[in-house]
Amino acid sequence: MKTRKSIDPFWWSLFGTGGVIAALCLPALLFLNGVAIPLGWIEAPSYEHVLTLVKNSLTRLFLFVVISLSLFHWAHRFRFTLYDGLQLKHLNQLIAVLCYGTAMIGTIASLYTLWGL
Amino acid sequence: MQTTISLEIQRYRPEQESEPVYQSYEVPLRKDWVILDALNYIKDNLDGSLSYRWSCRMGVCGSCGMMANGTPVLTCATFLETYAPGPIRVEPLINFPVIRDLIIDMSEFITKLKQMKPWIVREEEQPLSDGEYLQTPDQLTEYKQYSMCINCMLCYAACPIVGLEPGFLGPAAIALAQRYNFDNRDQGKKQRTEILKEDNGIYECTFVGECSIVCPKSVDPAGAIQRYKVAAAAEWWKSLLLPWGNR
Repeated sequence: MKTRKSIDPFWWSLFGTGGVIAALCLPALLFLNGVAIPLGWIEAPSYEHVLTLVKNSLTRLFLFVVISLSLFHWAHRFRFTLYDGLQLKHLNQLIAVLCYGTAMIGTIASLYTLWGL
Repeated sequence: MQTTISLEIQRYRPEQESEPVYQSYEVPLRKDWVILDALNYIKDNLDGSLSYRWSCRMGVCGSCGMMANGTPVLTCATFLETYAPGPIRVEPLINFPVIRDLIIDMSEFITKLKQMKPWIVREEEQPLSDGEYLQTPDQLTEYKQYSMCINCMLCYAACPIVGLEPGFLGPAAIALAQRYNFDNRDQGKKQRTEILKEDNGIYECTFVGECSIVCPKSVDPAGAIQRYKVAAAAEWWKSLLLPWGNR
């Protein structure tokens, strides 16, 4: 039952690491930037302060990894939601291109934005 | 106080009907009776033509798996009282062809299982004079959980991917592959992984997790599959980044 060499492990490893990173980092980031700072629990940092922080290479790398891998996590999950959930088996290729393509565009956009600051 | 409970049983007698039909039976609702007791009561007292598989009555043989109100269960381990006041709808396991009444055709499952080589594979057998293959308690713990599988196929009925992709090797077969992969006496992991990393293998699984929920032996096939995915993905990256390595 030998078949073509599958690329599934590649997509799955992006999905898996994306899931771990999203689960670890997004709740903390959302809590800080979406709840604690707007509600005034933590003093809002100034624009310059945040800009300096984001311009640091390590912060850029961190944000890039979080954004890109979260997108690939979404892409893989959404691909199978459409494929299995909505029974769109015949559109497999199109769905894969759209899902992973969106994640790639998001990855390029985050690269461009983060390093263009 | 309720003294009887109604069972709506799916009947399919190919010589008699082209589509399955439901037939109702009223059985005593006894505290100590499981669904299998009720089926035996029907067979002995009400309708001898009812067909179903069973053997041990104690959750070991894995023969009596059926759908009870839409959930795959071992009927020998599921009390009637849980469903009071009833009725209980009893159907053959889904995702399998039905041969007759509550009996499914498991030949496809057996084929998939065999592909996994669920036995100890050795590159070279050590001579008898060298004695047995030794194993520490820690090495036993590595795979013991996966060795508890009784091939009851409840996980195949619970898995939506098995229903959607009939070629998918499925939870129990993959968990059993892991049972041997994690056994220190075994050397067949490479052969099993060759099959499992390709189409119809581990990456068909989308981690719905129902297989582990219905498993009567707490084998946790979903966990076994995810562990396999991590290992296979690591192998994939290794062969990409270190192509000259051990291929």
